[in-house]
This record gives sequence, structure tokens and C-alpha cells, in this order.
Amino acid sequence: MIEVKNIKKSFDGVEILKGISTTFDKGKTNLIIGQSGSGKTVFLKSLLGLHIPEEGAILFDGKDYKSLSSKEQRELRTEMGMVFQGSALFDSMTVSENVMFPLRMFTNQAVSEMQDRVDIVLKRVKLIDAHHKFPAETSGGMQKRVAIARAIVMNPKYLFCDEPNSGLDPKTAIVIDNLIQEITDEYNITTVINTHDMNSVMEIGEKIVFLKNGIKAWEGTNKEIFKTDNESVTDFVYSSDLFKKVREVYLKELKE
Amino acid sequence: MIYLENIGRYFLMLKSVFSKMTKWSMLRNLIFKEIDDLIIGSMGIVCFISFFVGGVVAIQTALNINNPLIPKYLVGFATRQSVILEFAPTFISIIMAGKVGSFITSSIGTMRVTEQIDALEVMGVNSLNYLVFPKIVALALYPFVITIAMFLGVFGGWLASIYGGFSTSADFIQGLQIEFIPFHVTYAFIKTFLFSFVLATIPSFYGYYMKGGALEVGKASTTSFVWTSVVIILINYLITQLLLT
Ligand SMILES: Nc1ncnc2c1ncn2[C@@H]1O[C@H](COP(=O)(O)OP(=O)(O)OP(=O)(O)O)[C@@H](O)[C@H]1O
Ligand SMILES: [Mg+2]
Repeated sequence: MIEVKNIKKSFDGVEILKGISTTFDKGKTNLIIGQSGSGKTVFLKSLLGLHIPEEGAILFDGKDYKSLSSKEQRELRTEMGMVFQGSALFDSMTVSENVMFPLRMFTNQAVSEMQDRVDIVLKRVKLIDAHHKFPAETSGGMQKRVAIARAIVMNPKYLFCDEPNSGLDPKTAIVIDNLIQEITDEYNITTVINTHDMNSVMEIGEKIVFLKNGIKAWEGTNKEIFKTDNESVTDFVYSSDLFKKVREVYLKELKE
Repeated sequence: MIYLENIGRYFLMLKSVFSKMTKWSMLRNLIFKEIDDLIIGSMGIVCFISFFVGGVVAIQTALNINNPLIPKYLVGFATRQSVILEFAPTFISIIMAGKVGSFITSSIGTMRVTEQIDALEVMGVNSLNYLVFPKIVALALYPFVITIAMFLGVFGGWLASIYGGFSTSADFIQGLQIEFIPFHVTYAFIKTFLFSFVLATIPSFYGYYMKGGALEVGKASTTSFVWTSVVIILINYLITQLLLT
């Protein structure tokens, strides 16, 4: 479980996060939604310690990140996995070397043992045939899946994904969403996902936090998001005619 | 102001480079890779340039002495002095600032803009140690490159003098040996060693702390070349003042 308490972050005097508090539960896919530029990436990077918030606290299963020594912070980080917006694969390494990297860095396993673990996660993301390829030789969707494999290879307690399915076709996007949800469920991970994909919101939004202008404007589940009257949420989520209709049908079904 | 700030950040960077070491089994592979990229990969151009510039130095010296009172061995003497004192350590280092320096800045800079450095940090890796330390170690072999440059420079001068008919082999070799001060070689290697550190760290600094996208990677490489050269020239001046006067 991650508890976020009133975090504030500014860049060059401009406040991007204006005091956000929320909690992310274990074994759930927690979604952060909001317009482009609303601060989703800054928020996620603050959770990871890549940005240091000026105010507030972030508690990982009760441990306050800020109060840990830098050694303890690094140890905590080995329990986190992150899928970056642009995948961030090491381009000098093959797919399987990328996935093996955290194991080589932080464990003392024998090569064969590490290879077995890499094969397991690569099978999990259906990439075992591409293990010898370099990132530049794979498609965007494959890179996202490699990034997911690398993020979960150490069995993380916390998984963070920054727009894991942006720039992908709808079918691949759903495959990735489902993959993340299954992994979250299977290993009981605390997962936090940034997205502006409404399909993801409907499909895997077990908890949704809506950011607007640096504050939390709404939070709830994907069931509740259909019913809410909060104008900024409905403005954002139901900005397309398609989703407006989906909502009408859904609400009608509920009444019957 | 920005210069002072950068100098401060540079030294803070060095502090992180040497703290929280990466696992040795990983570092070893990285060091071998850097030796291949930075040292072996530069041999070709360094050999080529040294050989021909050594030749040109010999020819120029020969052409500029018409006075019969000046001894014949001067060609060899001048070639030795200019190659060992300045050409090999300083001139080659400026070329390396272009070749190795821009390679370092653009490769680290690309890792920065594609969030690969963030990925390292998130995993709990000390990215500065992981990226910069192996380069410093690999470039500790840089004095060997300069040794080869010295030999080839002198060899090029010898060949050019003989084949151009500017000096006999015996005269040239006499010139190489005359008034030889061993400390000059020590001086050359002291500064080479300092340059190798500069060549590894300043380009890394400009790559690591860059902001922006692909366009900025190009700009950062240029800036890094300028500052690496400036620092090399300044160190050269200071060391010469300190050690030779
Ligand atoms: N390192 C930084 N320095 C200065 N400003 C920043 C930095 N990172 C982000 N910002 C600013 O913070 C704001 C929020 O950016 P952020 O990347 O979090 O948006 P986002 O919600 O992730 O958008 P998108 O959906 O497009 O990825 C933007 O106005 C951006 O300019
Ligand atoms: Mg973003």
C-alpha cells in the first residue's frame, strides 16, 4: 500500500502538484488520469523519488520514503518496477539482457538461474521469440512489453506504469492492460498507472484518481465514474460522443 | 554565475561518481567495453595523425633553417621536442576531445533524454558511478595511446627527413639523443594523465545534466567539445608554468 500525503512539487517557481493526498491499495490497479500536462508524470516520478516533493510525505507500507537513509532508499527502490512513458530500454542490450539487468545488478544468482527467470517473464509477456533482438529492432508494443518484463523480473512490491499503452493499437493496448492487471492480481502488487486511455479506465480502473491543474479533482472506481456528476470528470472522460453514448446506455441499464 | 554553478555541480558529480560502487562483476564488463570504444577505437586516427604531423614538423623545421651554422641534427632535435612536449599530449588530446568527448556526451545524453538514466536510478543503481566510473578507468590507459603517438610522430619525422633528403638518418638520431631531459617525458605524462581525467569527466557532465531532446544532444556535444578543449588548454598552461619554469 502506498499512502500519499499532501505532496507539493514546483519547477522554477511554478507549482505543478498543489497538495495531493490519496492511497493506493495492494493487489489493485490504481489509475491516474488527467489531461496532458496535468502533472501525471511529475506525480508518478515523485512517488518513485525521481522528483523530490517540497512538501508532504509518501509512505510505502508505512515507511516514509523521506526519512529513510539513502542506502535504505536504494533498497526500497529495488522493490519497485517502473515502465516509462517511452519504455526506456537500454539500447546497447538485447531484449533478454535488458530483462536480466536487474537480476545481474542486485542478485548473486548463477547465470542459468537468471536465464530461467528471464525466460519465465518473457513467456509471460509473450516475447520469448524476440529475446535476442535489440530494442531498435522491435516494435513499440514489443518495447512496452519488454519494459514490463524488466519491471516485474525482480518480483516488485510496487509497479508504476507511465502510459503503458499510449501509441498502441486498441487491441495491443488491451493486451497490455490485461497483462498488467493479471500480474498485479497474481503477485499482489501495488500498481499505479498513468493513462489517458478511456478503454483502460473502463477495463482495469479498480481505483481512479483524476488530476486537474495539480490537484486531485475526483477519485473513485470505474463503476462510480459512470455515475458521478462531477463536472470536470464528466467533461474529461466523456469528451467524445462515443463515450457519452456508452455512459447513457450504462446508466439506463443500471436503472432497469 | 552559471559558470560557477556548473563548476560546483561538476565537483558534486565527481563525488557521486566515486560513491556507492556498482557490483564489480558488472563494472568489469563495462570497463572492457569502454576500453574498446574509447581507447582501441581511437587508435586508428591517433596513429594516422601522429605519423603525418611528425613528418610535417620535421619538414617545416628543415625548411626554416638555411643558416649553415645551425647544426644538421637540429631537425631530429626539434621533432623530438615538439612531438613529446606538445604535439602528442596536447594536440592529440584536443582531437580526442572531439572524437571521444562527443561520443561520451551524445551517448550519455541520449540515455538521459530517453529516460534510461531514470530507469537506472529507479532500479537503485548509482547511475553516475555506473556510467562515468568505467570511462575514467578506461581512459587511465590513455597515456599508452600518447606513448604510441610519440613514437609514431618521431618515426614519421625520421622517415620524412630521410626520404625528403632534409637530414641523414645518423644526424636525425643524433638530434633525438642530444640534450635529452628525462623530466620532459615525466612532464608530458603528468599532463596526459590529467587530460585523460578531463576527457572522461567533462563530456560525461554535459551528457548527464543535459535537458531536452535529440536536438539538445547535438548542442550538448558541441558545448562539451568547447569546454573540454578550453580546460585542456588551461591545464596545459598551468602545468607548464608549474613544472617547466
Ligand atoms: N523537469 C521539469 N522541469 C520543469 N517543468 C516540468 C518538468 N517536468 C514537467 N514539467 C511541467 O509540469 C507539467 C506537467 O507535466 P507532466 O509531464 O507531468 O504532464 P503529464 O500529465 O504527464 O502529461 P502527458 O499526458 O502529456 O504525459 C508540465 O507543464 C510540464 O511543463
Ligand atoms: Mg506524462
